[in-house]
Amino acid sequence: MTVFRNLALILLFCASAAAQEITVAAAADLSAALPEIAAKYKSQTGQDVKLTFGSSGNLTTQIRNGAPFDVFFSADEDYPQQLIAENLADKDTLFRYAVGRLVLWVPNGVAIDVQKLGIQALLDPAVKKIAIANPQHAPYGRAAEAALKHFGIYDQISGKLVLGENVSQAAQFVESGNAQAGLIALSHALAPVLKDKGHYWTVPLDAYPTLNQAAVVLSKSKQRDAARKFLGFVRGPEGASILKSYGFSLALETH
Amino acid sequence: MNWQAFWLTIRLASVVSAVLLVLGIPIAYWIAYARWRWKFLVEAVVALPIVLPPTVLGFYVLVALGSRSPLGQWWESLTGHTLAFTFEGLVIGSIVYSLPFAVQPFAASFSAVDRSLLRASASLGHSPAQTFRRVVLPLSKAGLVTGFALSFAHTLGEFGVVLMVGGNIPGVTRTISIDIYDRVQSGEYAAANHTALVLLLVSFLVLSIVYGLNRRPWSVGPFK
Repeated sequence: MTVFRNLALILLFCASAAAQEITVAAAADLSAALPEIAAKYKSQTGQDVKLTFGSSGNLTTQIRNGAPFDVFFSADEDYPQQLIAENLADKDTLFRYAVGRLVLWVPNGVAIDVQKLGIQALLDPAVKKIAIANPQHAPYGRAAEAALKHFGIYDQISGKLVLGENVSQAAQFVESGNAQAGLIALSHALAPVLKDKGHYWTVPLDAYPTLNQAAVVLSKSKQRDAARKFLGFVRGPEGASILKSYGFSLALETH
Repeated sequence: MNWQAFWLTIRLASVVSAVLLVLGIPIAYWIAYARWRWKFLVEAVVALPIVLPPTVLGFYVLVALGSRSPLGQWWESLTGHTLAFTFEGLVIGSIVYSLPFAVQPFAASFSAVDRSLLRASASLGHSPAQTFRRVVLPLSKAGLVTGFALSFAHTLGEFGVVLMVGGNIPGVTRTISIDIYDRVQSGEYAAANHTALVLLLVSFLVLSIVYGLNRRPWSVGPFK
């Protein structure tokens, strides 16, 4: 019997240990910033935060179909709003953490002065493939498409577009040199993986619908309190300063 | 229903299974008849794609054959573009991905041919090549059809490699599995369902042909 009791205790312990970690689904543009925030949070509170990245549309579909996430960071506020309307997310926890910035990134190996040329750099014959996120389910993909149309070059370059499953994959396509230019998230351009490997031009905010990025606690979470605390940390000075270092801010300055 | 993606996928699977028929026969012949102590190593390499995740293959096509690698640069100087994001890239990835599905049935059917027939053919003055063409190949028809159809069907269902290296270009690399994925991700369940059903039926049809052709005549009824 003691064996069984010990087993039961172990199981209980495991269950409670598992209950302590929270699981976060996040838009792919947070793939560099959020691990840093989660690490800092863990060092201060001991709370484990597990991270899953994907396109916001993809993650929304997974949440609708019962994915066991506690918090959702979306690159487009529409998705959390939809989840709130479907009673899948807690309305009072919704908060906007940044305005997403789209950049045109060109790797060092491609001799194009992207800072000078801006969007016109895409018309350079050296650019054979242009990586963007899939507009069907990635907010940055929709922003990229809108920007290309805004500048009137969409029809000229649409044959060169390759679609990443999310904005991280679009960044990877151009980082690996398989595409010669990419419309990706500013946060990726500033992340260590890409930082010294290329140059970028920040697409002006009026070229695409504002990418309001927002986080929300999910209603099916069994740890809504822990999830709220983590969101509080992200909103707080430490979270905000890490977000800022990756170009996430609410300020709408154009530069 | 995205017919463009459907026909693209059929085209990809046809090219891949045709190439594998040509490429797979000599490999299978060697596996079936070579006497070499380390042959099992080659067999293990051929079987690798069965167990390797497609992401490994996709990663190699993207990076090892990408524009920064010598192989990729050679390819680029030859064709003017990288392998990633092209139909050829998908063909090459799929050939590796489906290789065991062609080679293994081929090799199994070659090995199953009665050796005494081969000796008889040789003693009647046939060269090994003639023996292969006139004795081994006709007797291996079922294995050849199985290998061809399985590599075709397996390529139809390819997803991981295409997602990693395809770039989702309509008419070029947006295969039907990617189309279904995109529709599911964007919540278009009805369209996804429709396409998935077509793929299910086509795959069932292909496999039914394989098993139908491989059916032993005497297993149909109690009488011979």
